[in-house]
Amino acid sequence: MTNLNSSLVSVKGIKKHFDLSPPFLNRLIERKPVQFLRAVDGLDIDIPRGTTFSLVGESGCGKSTVARLVVGLYEPTQGEISFEGKDITGVLSYVNSDIRRRIQMIFQDPYASLNPRWRVRDIIAEPMRCFGLVIDPSSEQREVARLLELVGLNSRDGEKFPHEFSGGQRQRISIARAISSNPDFLVCDEPTSALDVSVQAQILNLMKDLQKELGLTYLFISHDLAVVYFMSDYIGVMYLGKLVETGPARKVFANPAHPYTRLLLDTIPDMNMQRRDRQPVAGEVPNPITPPAGCAFHPRCPFAFDRCKKEAPTLHKMVSGVGVACHAVQEGLLSLPSAMSNQVEQS
Amino acid sequence: MSQTHSNPLLEVRNLTIDFDTRHGALRAVDDISFQLAPGEILGLVGESGAGKSLTGTAIIGLLESPGYISGGEILFKGERIDNLTQEEMRRLRGRKIGAIFQDPLTSLNPLLTVGTQLIETILTHLDMNREQARKRALELLEEVGIPAPDQRIDNYPHQFSGGMRQRVVIALALCANPMLIIADEPTTALDVSIQAQILSILKKLCYENGAAIILVTHDMGVIAETADRVAVMYAGRLVELGPVDQVIKAPKHPYTVGLMGSIPVVGSQAERLIQIEGAMPRLTDIPNGCAFHPRCGQAFELCSSRKPEMRQLDKNQVACLLFEGES
Repeated sequence: MTNLNSSLVSVKGIKKHFDLSPPFLNRLIERKPVQFLRAVDGLDIDIPRGTTFSLVGESGCGKSTVARLVVGLYEPTQGEISFEGKDITGVLSYVNSDIRRRIQMIFQDPYASLNPRWRVRDIIAEPMRCFGLVIDPSSEQREVARLLELVGLNSRDGEKFPHEFSGGQRQRISIARAISSNPDFLVCDEPTSALDVSVQAQILNLMKDLQKELGLTYLFISHDLAVVYFMSDYIGVMYLGKLVETGPARKVFANPAHPYTRLLLDTIPDMNMQRRDRQPVAGEVPNPITPPAGCAFHPRCPFAFDRCKKEAPTLHKMVSGVGVACHAVQEGLLSLPSAMSNQVEQS
Repeated sequence: MSQTHSNPLLEVRNLTIDFDTRHGALRAVDDISFQLAPGEILGLVGESGAGKSLTGTAIIGLLESPGYISGGEILFKGERIDNLTQEEMRRLRGRKIGAIFQDPLTSLNPLLTVGTQLIETILTHLDMNREQARKRALELLEEVGIPAPDQRIDNYPHQFSGGMRQRVVIALALCANPMLIIADEPTTALDVSIQAQILSILKKLCYENGAAIILVTHDMGVIAETADRVAVMYAGRLVELGPVDQVIKAPKHPYTVGLMGSIPVVGSQAERLIQIEGAMPRLTDIPNGCAFHPRCGQAFELCSSRKPEMRQLDKNQVACLLFEGES
């Protein structure tokens, strides 16, 4: 996809399986089988420095698990994660490593991710204290005030407690905390889905400004395609733990190849009020504990044929540079939808 | 579908809802009026705390203390329903007015099978025996698109996925063929692909049964897809009301303009989203005059002292002093 040398973060063949097996004795006596939830099942991602890579998908597709794997909150079952070319798989659990400082996270729920008993200045200063970035209290105070103003709050807000702020302001505090250790890479797990649209616009604009100013690289997780379109340079569409389509965001949106990507794009409510009579695709995401054989999407796919039921497709790069995991696309059975691309280009 | 429909199904006149607190009464819904024609879908949008859900709750008579209706009236088919006794309201609710809530898991009883819940509801409202009720329940499940209803009817809510549960909730709301359905964020807890399915079912069934819907949501996309008319609320007040294409394509009120601009759109080349500075005021400190004036780029002196009233402007009704002279 991109030149490896320029990528800041790269993930190779990463897998995370959760063991859901019943206890040993139940397995022995009741002959219950061993069970695994393949939350993430072989994923490759490259994120070039200074860009935003977004993961989209419906709930349960494993996108948040990827976020947690990348920041080191989970140990991968298999695969490796590298940061500036260095393998960091498993290293992140050491709190004091410099790499830990350079990778930070913003969480979805701004009500749950801030300690209600701490003053905002302590919340924001914690990463700096943790990594020994400030020596004396006065420079810490200056730094906190600077960060508060950077995210659009008042420098005096540091004395307050989180409950005195609205959801959007709290998310600003989360962002200030995340950038206080001067990171290069931010993992943002649905940072605006708990917010109202007008507040969401403020936060998204702020995140874009900070990216330009500080040269940040984002891994952005969202289920909202319009938000993803606004934020991303690259996009990966996930379905049941696997990428089904990945590439430059504009290209994927203009010419969605995989049937699932088309389905997702078709579900975006039409703000142009053309009242097109869309045919919502039937079915739901299957249970990830017992995924369908072959291509996981085949039971919902209008283009599925025999091969899809037997063989799982792998990502193949198309001429446009977009990777697609679909037998029908590879065998040329699917014409690229022109209707959708016209719509995107026009507006 | 028009405002001047001779016999509106529902009419809300100057509805005001207050909450008694230690610091005096807080006004959560402030003097709102609208009408709903039979079979019409009215979208009620606004950000959290705008009072949209409260309005819906007041219409079905489920407003809980310390909230109470302190002014105005609600008329259903020309008769007042805001002053009915609990017993009278209970008979109306379910039979004439149905409700669908946001979280499909909490609106179903986890200890009863969906069949039991459907049959019980049908028996309460319709004159049927158990067997007929079961048949009706099966039909309803079929209508809302639950595969193999004869097997699923004896399942418990936890055996259904989120989208399927919301279908069951819709089936419950439709049991007695109500004329009005209050749907409070019916798709917010669902994934996008499921959301589209649920909306199209809701639309289809209401069209077939001739039921009107008040669709309470914060999602403009849902409104654009579904509603005929839309009412925009801000800090407990109506700021704009009109046909959905007018409000979305040609919003008049500065708040609606900002709200529409802040929604990211696929295909747009914009580098930044339009943002409204600040946040909606808390109920404890709603500013004098127009509630939006501290955040409004076009505010002038009068805005901070005079409260704008709803005025007809083209096809919309707008509450903004900017248009005061034009109507």
